[in-house]
Amino acid sequence: MYIIVVGGGRVGYYLLKGLLNEGHEVLLLEKDARICAAITEEMGSVCYRGDGCEAATLGEVGASRADMLVAVTGDDADNLVACQVANHKYHVPRTIARIRNPQNEVLFKRLGIDVTVSTTNIILEVIEREVPTHPLTRLLTIEEKKLVIVDVRIAPESSTVGKAVKELALPAESKLVLVIPLKGDAHVPTGSTVLRGGDQVIAVTTPELREALQDALMGVPKKAQKK
Amino acid sequence: MKVIIMGCGRVGAQLAAMLDAEGHKVTVLDNDTYSFRRLPSTFGGTAIFGNGIDQESLRKAGIEDADVFVAVTQGDNRNVMACQIAKHIFNVPRAMCRIYDPLREEMYGQLGLETISPTKVFARLLKEKIEG
Repeated sequence: MYIIVVGGGRVGYYLLKGLLNEGHEVLLLEKDARICAAITEEMGSVCYRGDGCEAATLGEVGASRADMLVAVTGDDADNLVACQVANHKYHVPRTIARIRNPQNEVLFKRLGIDVTVSTTNIILEVIEREVPTHPLTRLLTIEEKKLVIVDVRIAPESSTVGKAVKELALPAESKLVLVIPLKGDAHVPTGSTVLRGGDQVIAVTTPELREALQDALMGVPKKAQKK
Repeated sequence: MKVIIMGCGRVGAQLAAMLDAEGHKVTVLDNDTYSFRRLPSTFGGTAIFGNGIDQESLRKAGIEDADVFVAVTQGDNRNVMACQIAKHIFNVPRAMCRIYDPLREEMYGQLGLETISPTKVFARLLKEKIEG
């Protein structure tokens, strides 16, 4: 695959190395002559000095035969334009942009950028997954189907502990696919499966129904009920 | 008409002053308040500190009911991005921007932005003057 990387900062540098190691044809575009010289000295002629947002530069490096362009400069606007020029002028089939402001994800997607990578969002997702106090965590988003796969931990004090799955008021579009108990083997739940404290439930739902699903699975904490 | 101008450089400030003098509702946005010195003392519009590629700043500038959005900062890419936010996120009826690079100007023109390349315009003007 011929991949063009725009931006020779740290992200671009390690991306270039990684892609070369995987055996791809890669070219890095970088405006700064010194960075370009250093990379060329280290890795050979894999760096071209030029502005990756400029249509002329992309033409010079043969963007029309590129399979992918990845824009990883530190500037969201530059990354957007590099991807758009590659896509509209040179018909590069796949474009990936790094974004710093998470808000830009929606805009970039709407403007046809295939994939956006936001460090902020990635770290937020990892926190969501790693911090156990959060009862519902998103494991995977299936964008084409507008579905999310989530992991819900049933707290011991949940009002749903001891109830069967069929007694829960689950939102219509949600399905429980796996129950992983504290002890014992994971199993596919049926209507008569009884929830226990500490169970980990893997479920499919829509992004909008996440909270409704959480409420249905966790119920109201028993302490709160007594009050 | 309600007009938002992003970038209070020479062009932005002059355009703001002219539109304001004709009675339009003008808001100027710049990420350096020092540049507002270019606005004349008679300017009756609003000058707001903010980044035009940040949706919050644009909202503060009142983009949701703007009729025209003009991007005239020094950066082609920032102009292009701000204009696309105005057009595709906030549905501003007219989104115009300055793009120095003629190739990029042509491309974004085809993508539905109202674009002007000072490079092209000025070169043509000079050529016409020279050839008389």
